[in-house]
Amino acid sequence: MSMNTQGRPTAPAAVSTPVIDTVSGSRGLLQREDLLFEIGTPETTGVDLPTPRGLKDRLGGVKRKADTGLAGLSEPQAVRHYMRLSQKNYAIDLGLFPLGSCTMKHNPRLNEKMARLPGFADIHPLQPQATVQGALELIDELATWLKTLTGMPSVAMSPKAGAHGELCGMLAIRQALIARGEGESRKRVLVPESAHGTNPATAVQCGFIVDEIKADKRGRVDMADLKSKLARTDDIAGIMLTNPNTCGLFETDIKDIADLIHAAGGYFYCDGANFNAIVGRVRPGDLGVDAMHINLHKTFSTPHGGGGPGSGPTVFSEALAPFAPVPFVIKDEDSFFRLVEQTEGAAKDSFGRMVAFHGQMGMFVRALTYMLSHGADGLKQVAEDAVLNANYIQARLKHVMTPAFEGFCMHEALFSDAFTADGIETIDIAKALIDEGYHPMTMYFPLVVHGAMLIEPTETESKAELDRFCDALESIARRAAQGDETLKGAPYLAPAKRLDETRAARKPVLKWTAPLPEQIAAE
Amino acid sequence: MRYLPLTPEDRASMLATIGAKSAEDFYTDVPKSARLKAKIAGLPDHQGELAVERHMMKLAAKNRSASSGPFFVGAGAYKHHVPASVDMIIQRSEFLTTYTPYQPEIAQGTLQTLFEFQTQVSALTAMDVANASMYDGSTACAEAAVMAARVTKRRKVILSGGLHPHYAAATRLLCEAQGLTVMQLPVAIDGEGELGKSVDGETACVIGQSPNVFGTVTDLTSVAKSAHEKGALLVSVFTEAVSLGLVMPPGEMGADIAAGEGQSIGNGLNFGGPYVGLFACREKLVRQMPGRLCGETVDADGHRGFVLTLSTREQHIRRDKATSNICTNSGLCALAFTAHMTLLGGKGLKQLAELNHEAACELADTLGAMKGVEVLTPRFFNEFAIRTPVDAEAVLAMLDEAGVVGGVRASRLYPRDHLGDVILVAATECTTPDDIAAYAAALKEII
Amino acid sequence: MTIYYTKDHEWIRVEGDTGTVGITSYAAGQLGDVVYVELPETGAKFARGDDFAVVESVKAASDVYAPVSGSVLEVNSALSEAPEKVNDAAEGDAWFVRVKLTDSGELSGLMDEAAYSAYCEGL
Repeated sequence: MSMNTQGRPTAPAAVSTPVIDTVSGSRGLLQREDLLFEIGTPETTGVDLPTPRGLKDRLGGVKRKADTGLAGLSEPQAVRHYMRLSQKNYAIDLGLFPLGSCTMKHNPRLNEKMARLPGFADIHPLQPQATVQGALELIDELATWLKTLTGMPSVAMSPKAGAHGELCGMLAIRQALIARGEGESRKRVLVPESAHGTNPATAVQCGFIVDEIKADKRGRVDMADLKSKLARTDDIAGIMLTNPNTCGLFETDIKDIADLIHAAGGYFYCDGANFNAIVGRVRPGDLGVDAMHINLHKTFSTPHGGGGPGSGPTVFSEALAPFAPVPFVIKDEDSFFRLVEQTEGAAKDSFGRMVAFHGQMGMFVRALTYMLSHGADGLKQVAEDAVLNANYIQARLKHVMTPAFEGFCMHEALFSDAFTADGIETIDIAKALIDEGYHPMTMYFPLVVHGAMLIEPTETESKAELDRFCDALESIARRAAQGDETLKGAPYLAPAKRLDETRAARKPVLKWTAPLPEQIAAE
Repeated sequence: MRYLPLTPEDRASMLATIGAKSAEDFYTDVPKSARLKAKIAGLPDHQGELAVERHMMKLAAKNRSASSGPFFVGAGAYKHHVPASVDMIIQRSEFLTTYTPYQPEIAQGTLQTLFEFQTQVSALTAMDVANASMYDGSTACAEAAVMAARVTKRRKVILSGGLHPHYAAATRLLCEAQGLTVMQLPVAIDGEGELGKSVDGETACVIGQSPNVFGTVTDLTSVAKSAHEKGALLVSVFTEAVSLGLVMPPGEMGADIAAGEGQSIGNGLNFGGPYVGLFACREKLVRQMPGRLCGETVDADGHRGFVLTLSTREQHIRRDKATSNICTNSGLCALAFTAHMTLLGGKGLKQLAELNHEAACELADTLGAMKGVEVLTPRFFNEFAIRTPVDAEAVLAMLDEAGVVGGVRASRLYPRDHLGDVILVAATECTTPDDIAAYAAALKEII
Repeated sequence: MTIYYTKDHEWIRVEGDTGTVGITSYAAGQLGDVVYVELPETGAKFARGDDFAVVESVKAASDVYAPVSGSVLEVNSALSEAPEKVNDAAEGDAWFVRVKLTDSGELSGLMDEAAYSAYCEGL
């Protein structure tokens, strides 16, 4: 035989794994990456621009004195820089993202493709309306979907995010009270203690005074407390209530609450953050709601993008509709879609304008694409599967963790930290999930449950994924119950260990500054 | 249904594990009268990608895109070229489909880019610190006004006559909701420099814009001085971020807060949104700043890392005492800004700004030389106002017929100010000599 | 010189008609790492029970209430540079303000050290 001995070994040799400290600071696929200011220079560029001709400027001397000094990178450097950074992030496309109250569902790629059509992405908000009839028609069509799904007669499309939608709703309530001549006398807004922090913050931004109402043992509004807060009614502006609420439960007394508030002369603002649980099955308009924002980035799958952009269209009842902000789209008799941009004519009672231009068009395109893909039948299934998945997680984990409340949940399962041994906290469980390859659940929220762990799987998880997640969390929960101290150091396998937030807050460093020459010399 | 992985068998076995008969069991807390028996009427059923695409493309085809011909619309949003790699970067799943970086161990990618963004914005505006972005320029402006009121503990806000009217409206709305008094100065093409005269001892801030809505660039140094003498702040607004490569930035004029729109860098027109609000201020005001902040720290191994910080200002902790109700920034648009800014670099940005300015100069020379056309803006960057001998709406309609989108009629923004013959015109690096020639030729036919 | 305590965990050390005010070691321990202290301006006046300062940890911001009515004579500006002092020496160097008391009669409503210790035990 001819014997070629130049090959390489094709099976791993049996060696024990040493601790490897690399020279580069990278660890295999996980590349070390410095700040772009440490890599690039102000002269480096990733674009080829023509040379200016050197015309005499017409700036009248209002010229920049010092250059920005900002570092640039060539295209390959820039692509690698952001590619490497991206790999230090968890993402829905990587795995289950069980953040309660955030509705981290799959973001369909068709949405992205449609949003990039030049007919949507490359049109200017102030070009003549005759040249953007398709865009205005799209806004009108999305508005129709939102009104139909909520059973509400009117919708403001311009709010830029959920909290901005809250602001929109509360400003409409403020305006309605002013129109009634009660703008100064009705200032009190009832907010459950379990509410998202944005609710009280928004109420105060609108000049209201927040009056907290308690939760009862079932995790719902304490009706006795509510009634006592309504003993006096002439100063009541309204209530802000999340439904399904932040404990993942449907407010059973919702209609009575609406009736009580209306009888007191106030309005009912519903925080629609958790609409995903009921979309296609329950219409908020049937529950007595006067205003509700809808997070297109939750229920209707527009991407969260690492913290925005969001979009928060806000639906209104007949009572509040006249006060909705400008702009809005109306369809003229000759089928021309027209923007009403000024507070006159059809918008004479409007509370005004919240933002420049017409809202988050890029998100509108994605949300409508999502709605058309699902249809009325599919959206109903979305809500059912979201609720089924959450209840499945609750059922699988209730023997090792402590459900915060009895009974079925809606789209998210809430646990307290009662099952953990002394010294082990919610954060330790959350961080241990990272080592298992998952993003942690929402922790320490809602505030009404001790050491809260709020888990929202959404409908876009398969049963196999849910089982894998439950297996991992179950094992962590058992370790927590036994007081396994190693949990305190988790995560061990993430791109970074636990970070020193105290140091960041005591001496804030909020931007990169060039090291001084003596610092460079010292290194 | 393609986005729903559960099979009927999965559902049945999961219901068995839970101990429920059907999904109906989960909805028993809903008042009976509000439980819908069937799917909601009046909406179509689910459709495949092809059908949805057809529908959306039909709508898109009814719009004229800015790239399809000569295009001169500005007034707060600008047609710029965005490098191809920017869109690739923001479509990385790890950036696109992740959440706010509340778990820093698995969000260093987002956090480091936010830190880079903050550094870039503070350099661009020449301010000490910048936040991790706001919804857009108009909401940044409104938040700057209420922040100034918090800082000075005063209750009067003065808006210049050249502040973009949408920005003015958004600011007035938020201020008045909080019980602040807003004084709007009369519309003026070149009035920013006079702002200082209106400041009194009650004033929290004056808000000036450069370049303003008519394109006028103004050195606000004397305004800052007048404001500071009376204990008020200067808020300096911009809607065209590219201008800061060439035009005097807020920090060089003594501004206390800079608020502006970052769409021009990295972000498309998108019919008005999503955009990215830029917000920066002096160091000593940082704890009164709205919005998220990313800060540097170390992890348990001593390695550099980044976290969201100073979050006690924010609504999820401060609740009714928060500096603002905002809980989102404009993350992905901020990333697009940062990626584009990185590709430009300091030198590239300056060059881009010069190209914009030169295109506008050439356009102004060409249009201004025509009989009956007057360039109204005395000093400008990449946009200016012109007066035409014919009603602006008619002019724009006829230009449109000639395939030229000729600008924004001032009366759309100011319906009550007798500006019926004024058009706001913008040029950028996308504007070619042929575009300018086409504008001039079409306009000649009209006037 | 006597030290008094409130149920909201402020202390006040009184000398004549002036008092030095801070938060208790117990409170500092409960708050965790203090990262920032927001203090009033010299000359500011407040009534008993008004919030006159804010102490922040990473995760919480807590109002500090005036144990008595008075006006601010001096603030401990060292705390803005070194908020960690509140954790290290809450009842010593990390005082918040010195005030001129409006009504020393208000002191009778406060606890002495023994009463406060007993109160904390019961929490």
